[in-house]
Amino acid sequence: MMRRFDDKRDGLKEQAVDLHDAELPDAEFEEALKDFKSSVHAWSDAAYSRPRTVTREVRVRSWRLAAGWAMGCVLVAGSLSGGLLERQHRLDLARIAAEQRAVEQQRQQREQQARAKITDEVLLAEVDSDVSRQVPSAMEPLAQMMADDETK
Amino acid sequence: MAAGTALDAMAITTADDAAAREFAHVVERHRPQIFRFLLSSTRDVDLAETLTQECFLKAHRNWGGFRGESSAMTWLMRIAINLQKDHWRNRRMQFWRTTRTNSVDLDEASEWLPSGESSIEQQLLAKERVKQVWTAVKGLSERQRTVFLLRYVEEQELSEIAAATGLSEGTVKAHLSRAVAKVRLELGGRR
Repeated sequence: MMRRFDDKRDGLKEQAVDLHDAELPDAEFEEALKDFKSSVHAWSDAAYSRPRTVTREVRVRSWRLAAGWAMGCVLVAGSLSGGLLERQHRLDLARIAAEQRAVEQQRQQREQQARAKITDEVLLAEVDSDVSRQVPSAMEPLAQMMADDETK
Repeated sequence: MAAGTALDAMAITTADDAAAREFAHVVERHRPQIFRFLLSSTRDVDLAETLTQECFLKAHRNWGGFRGESSAMTWLMRIAINLQKDHWRNRRMQFWRTTRTNSVDLDEASEWLPSGESSIEQQLLAKERVKQVWTAVKGLSERQRTVFLLRYVEEQELSEIAAATGLSEGTVKAHLSRAVAKVRLELGGRR
């Protein structure tokens, strides 16, 4: 990019004279400094008068910033809710397992009680039958006598 | 009593208006130069604009305390130099921020040349010289660079540079001498 502008050639020689004698610039150095100054002035003039795009850049940056924050918030909220859901799920599973264990224990207790009851009834029935076989009926002698009389 | 209060208020308003007009004039007059110094110091157009805005914002806040002991330009330049120092200090501290810099490279900075009446060969030569000076300026210390730019780009007197940087004139001369020696070395000059 080439820019035409007025060279400010004056001043550099005087500036150089102000320095110590040992630092007096020669012609080439003076020319380089003059070109450097002219270049900076041209660049600055062009940049100073360029169209400003600050608003758009700020808007883009703020949009990106907002998007970043929103995404971050979504991630944090997702992580938190996921953790809470997972914890709740584990609590539910533990509660269901405890209920199932309690039901199973009750069922086993009922079965044990039922088994115990059946055993007692069977034992009593056996005792009754044994006693009935050992002890004769109270009417048996009379029945025997009547049977003998009929035969006679 | 009430009339006196109203008159006082009007006088204050008039004084404020005058100060505002005076400051607006200062902004209009010195803003390009402050911007140019910050641009040459940072090689970053956006940063130079931002720091220029901050400089005049700070100046506006403290305009009432400006007693005119130095010129308005020297006062503004001092604010700009301090803002630039603060910016680089904060940038170093805030290392977690993006490290990308918007500074243009030396080739781009050297593109800006006067076409004038010179030939293409002379322009190429001038471009090469400007690039060498930029390279040397980039290698200078912060103080040396500030003094060098104020002297050879802004054409300020040593006393003005001393006032703007808060250094003594002897220190300014020493920094300038070292800066010039480095630039001469980069340019391949000899004394």
